[in-house]
Amino acid sequence: MIIQFLMAAILAGAPLILSTVGEIITEKSGSINLGVEGTMYIGAISGLAAAVSAENAGLSGISVILISIIASIIFGMLTSLVYSFLTVTLHSNQNVIGLVITIIGVGVGNFFGEKLAQNAGGYLTTTQETKAYFGNLDFGFLSDIPIIGSLLFSHNFLIYISLIISLASWFIINKTQIGLNLRTVGENPAAADLSCINVSKYRYLAATIGGGLCGLSGMYMCMVTNNGVWIKDCISGYGWLAIALVIFSSWNPIKALPCSLFFGGLMIMRFYISIPFISPFVYDMCPYILTCVAIVLKNIRKSSSILPPEGCGKNYFREDR
Amino acid sequence: MILKKYNPFHIRIVKKASNNQSNKLFIRILSFIVALLFIFVILLLMNYNPLEVLYSMFLGAWGKKIFVLETIKCALPLLVTALGVSVAFRMKLWNIGGEGQILIGGVAATAVAFAFEKNMSPTPLLILMFVSSFLAAGIFGLIPALCKAKWGASETLLTLMFNYIAQKIIIFLQNTESWQDPYNSFPIIRHISFAARLPKIFGVHIGWIISLVLVVIVYIYLNHTKHGFELMVVGSSDNTAKYSGISITKVILRTMFLSAALCGIAGFMQVAGADGTLSEATSNGMGFTAISVVWMAKMNPYAMITVSLFISTLERGASRIQTIFDIPNSFSSVMIGIILIFFIASEFFIKYHISFSAKEKSI
Repeated sequence: MIIQFLMAAILAGAPLILSTVGEIITEKSGSINLGVEGTMYIGAISGLAAAVSAENAGLSGISVILISIIASIIFGMLTSLVYSFLTVTLHSNQNVIGLVITIIGVGVGNFFGEKLAQNAGGYLTTTQETKAYFGNLDFGFLSDIPIIGSLLFSHNFLIYISLIISLASWFIINKTQIGLNLRTVGENPAAADLSCINVSKYRYLAATIGGGLCGLSGMYMCMVTNNGVWIKDCISGYGWLAIALVIFSSWNPIKALPCSLFFGGLMIMRFYISIPFISPFVYDMCPYILTCVAIVLKNIRKSSSILPPEGCGKNYFREDR
Repeated sequence: MILKKYNPFHIRIVKKASNNQSNKLFIRILSFIVALLFIFVILLLMNYNPLEVLYSMFLGAWGKKIFVLETIKCALPLLVTALGVSVAFRMKLWNIGGEGQILIGGVAATAVAFAFEKNMSPTPLLILMFVSSFLAAGIFGLIPALCKAKWGASETLLTLMFNYIAQKIIIFLQNTESWQDPYNSFPIIRHISFAARLPKIFGVHIGWIISLVLVVIVYIYLNHTKHGFELMVVGSSDNTAKYSGISITKVILRTMFLSAALCGIAGFMQVAGADGTLSEATSNGMGFTAISVVWMAKMNPYAMITVSLFISTLERGASRIQTIFDIPNSFSSVMIGIILIFFIASEFFIKYHISFSAKEKSI
């Protein structure tokens, strides 16, 4: 029972890992991208559409998966490129642009989802073979170990990819020169500019990479959570949760892992656990209430390791200094 | 001293000193035309005749009297929400919780209607519903404002989370027996009685009068009162506000209360006027769309009337072209997004001007 609950929590929380890490990278460079939700929609539809059209073109097996992954990352990146162009180059308000990206992304996702489904005659889905690739992996004897085997060695490959990505991005942000520059740009763009770091370049790069990860997590939602079928409004607020999780995990990609799984657990809790006298519908509120509490507590404690990057949310214009 | 190579495309961005009104208008209209061309291209790529599609969109919103009434009905809550959001945006307080505040306003109105619909006459009942949704949504908005004022917590994220809390409250109420519709197999909230519905004038519920009155009130509040001035000062600079003796905490709380309360009125109008019932779809993404309205209207309450009518034209038109051309109605949000992006991008050309100087650059 507990194992089942944990497994379901991992399955529900995993898409959050990628988008949270993506948003952490973006915010480390000093831009808050509120368009995660929209970017995820675009990643989801482009991943699915690419997979389906690759199948129609006669491909099968691993190449379909690769095309789908690459398409979702590229379209996620393009979406964030629009965001970066408008905020970094054209100095528009980050909050508003983020929201516009969400409006457009949700629109584009649902629009092409329905349109392609119409063309496909009913509903848009991949073949069984492709779906099988997104199923759980089998590591042979490792997966047979009781409890540990099913908890650690029985997930789909995207979960392991997310794990690697979050560890790698922690390493890059905290242990390399690029990461140091990135953090400088986020904390104090003027100082970064003085020490010959190209602020625009870093902001563009960070947002674009972040967008790619959000696109990938959108594809996860579509391919794994929804089993490769387009469902209207399929992301349903996961993007916003990712933005909350960034705060919850204190801008640390490694902390994003347990936090995402914790949120995943909270979201499916009502199917597994029942507390007397509390309606199960109240559980669903928990992730959001907890996030609010976390935001407030962090602001009360005010320690630099858990606060957002200093320059976060502000555009940098050299001549404004 | 490092001498860089000859760079023929050296671009410099310079802030414009001043800008005359007609120039601004010209740039905005140009951006709108470019956005329309962009939409044309998309439609062409999908093998539709763009003129035909846009024309039937227009007919779908304004072609018949029923359609016109529907478009206006659709614009009203959007307008009121935009008014509410703009009050907070004026002081750079990013209230993106309009969605949740609409729902809470709706919850309060429905609760009052359920409690008193049997033993109160319509007019006092409606007034009570109005006041309660105003207060409930206001208080709902006060919680994030309090966290912002006291501890500096980001209001953007808090209000966002509150959207979902409100949504879950609705789902909870849908599963509460005393609120449920006993004749429906789905868990939905039952309709409020006709005593609790807004009366109609010229075919549209009197929400339109309320909205227009609110437009004027908000305009006066923002531009001609001490409160409006104070919130503008706080928005421009915290320090200036402090030195001139304005209590920032007080202004934040007051503004956020008003902002949320206005959104609550939109919820009241949806429940008592348009739908007659409460559901998750009561807010229907209006909390977010209202932000586009505010931005396109440049925070001017009067301009919001036109813009919200325009947005609802797109939405109504989109549901029309869905039936005629099989274009999914989410096309309206694609259109809104594209127009908005071009509009916001055009701001850059209003504020800055670009000079191409082809000369040697030395650092």
